[in-house]
Amino acid sequence: MFTFERNVVGVASAALLGACATQMSGSQTPSRGPDLARAASAQEVAVWDISIPPSGAGLPAGTGTPKQGEAVYIAQCQACHGPKGVGKPADPLVGGVGSLATANPVRTVGSYWPYATTLFDYTRRAMPITNTQSLTNDEVYAVTAYLLYLNGIIGENAEMNAKTLPQVKMPNRDGFIDMSGVK
Amino acid sequence: MDRKHRFSWAPDARPISKQPGRIDRRTFLARGAGIAGAAAAGMTATTARAADDAPLAILKWMQAPGAPFRGYGMPSRFEEPVKRTFPRPYGDLAPGTGPSFTPHEALEGTITPSGLHFERHHNGVPDIDSAQHRLLIHGLVRKPLVFTVSALLRYPMVSRICFIECSGNSNRNLVPKPLQIPCGALHGLISCSEWTGIPLSLLLEEAGIEGGAKWLLAEGADSAAMSRSIPIEKAFGDAMIALYQNGERLRPEQGYPVRLLLPGWEGNMSVKWLRRIKATDGPTQTKDETSKYTDPMPDGKARQFTFAMEVKSVITRPSSGMTMQGTGLYEISGIAWTGAGRITRVEVSTDGGASWKEAALQGQSLPLSLVRFRIPWEWNGVPAMLQSRATDEKGQVQPPRKSWVAEFAPDIRFHNNSIITWAVNADGRVQNVYL
Repeated sequence: MFTFERNVVGVASAALLGACATQMSGSQTPSRGPDLARAASAQEVAVWDISIPPSGAGLPAGTGTPKQGEAVYIAQCQACHGPKGVGKPADPLVGGVGSLATANPVRTVGSYWPYATTLFDYTRRAMPITNTQSLTNDEVYAVTAYLLYLNGIIGENAEMNAKTLPQVKMPNRDGFIDMSGVK
Repeated sequence: MDRKHRFSWAPDARPISKQPGRIDRRTFLARGAGIAGAAAAGMTATTARAADDAPLAILKWMQAPGAPFRGYGMPSRFEEPVKRTFPRPYGDLAPGTGPSFTPHEALEGTITPSGLHFERHHNGVPDIDSAQHRLLIHGLVRKPLVFTVSALLRYPMVSRICFIECSGNSNRNLVPKPLQIPCGALHGLISCSEWTGIPLSLLLEEAGIEGGAKWLLAEGADSAAMSRSIPIEKAFGDAMIALYQNGERLRPEQGYPVRLLLPGWEGNMSVKWLRRIKATDGPTQTKDETSKYTDPMPDGKARQFTFAMEVKSVITRPSSGMTMQGTGLYEISGIAWTGAGRITRVEVSTDGGASWKEAALQGQSLPLSLVRFRIPWEWNGVPAMLQSRATDEKGQVQPPRKSWVAEFAPDIRFHNNSIITWAVNADGRVQNVYL
């Protein structure tokens, strides 16, 4: 039922319109759809659902330390982000804490990002840029831990996992003014 | 018509005196032809006039059969220089990452040709097979649903004209020294199309949004998996699942086969290649809505979730890099828009804001769309400072550059809607200046 060839779509729509002819209205905006989706299974949703909110809901199993992350960083990140996250050619990831209200603000993961969960989410979904979603969850936790450590936010031996990562308080956590108007 | 003359119409930032062999009268005329020509005069006519003062002659295409049919039409080869420009901020490291700019200095009217619509990609343009693409709606819904594209094409649709503006538009006018590049390269992260698609509310109703859902996460199928959080109120308002642009299926650069369209809001949120919508109780705080598309203030704080684009306008002719064709009558032409609804007024100044005159708004001012403004101008050869200032139906007025800049941190990159100034020098050169 969901595999109409394009050349029969028009026929199907015409049939639908015919059946509903008595319910047609002149409204500018259609009020309901033809209900053509299939149900999504929990398993397939899990494969695609990679977004991690500040609560950490959905963080996968796995763990990593700054030391383990250093190796991942050197192998996967350093070519673009420079040694120890200093940046160049891509964005700097480390430093700038205390600079935001100065004439030369430096906005990095450490100085600007409000949530540590975002670092896990973004690294997993979008990095490394030539081979995204290729790191294991352990590797993502580890490199996240390494960058938090380089920014002085967690200790050298701190382990990042689904429980500890959402508890990390970023230096600029309260640096944003919510203009969304959503209550 | 030869290449020299074709290029001489195109905006050029270099001073005319530094271009060898381009100071003769013919070239001088050609350089100004684009400015002098009213909208009614087609480019062929103006360029042909400028190209040669020779008497009328029978030309080869008047005598030989023209080209045969082709399945998909393209612009004239003589229009080849009219292109998007792209600075490639990451170079070869990520050649598909960054913006491309609509060349507004070469365009007229209000609809941007699909192939010239600005782009912003976060990891290139994916080559998506529509038959394999899926849209998942899940999270705080009663029925998680998967849509095929052929199913989506059967849904009732709406069409509307609206602009999309990247909130980073005009941030190239925030560098310390004004760049001498064309209008579109500075302010071309705004484009306007007719979009056709499904009201997002129809799909959300089928999934059955639960009471606790206040936000949606929208995510693309590109390899950046670009994602943004969207208040549910907008999703049930004018949000569209767009399938067509200017009458044809979306271009890959614009999100083929499915994109989100949030009229009037910063372009980054109109997620392209849309594969997933998740209903959530709060914003996901994605990378783009925290570290990037936020507006830092001088005190170190930053405004977040500044969704609507502000009231704004820019004069597209004459503009940066063009050269006036002597004194006389010109038409000042430009575009205006606002994320708040309709543009109600555009004023134009030729003396850097000391005095203003109201321009004519062409045709209907549609909500959340570009409107074209025009005003005749007699240039007497003395230096001038051209500005435009838009006002919208909410009474918002485009602010002067100085006061806008003072409101934000020195590294602000987003939502720059401040007044734009083109200086017309005594020698006719038009330059980008800060005022």
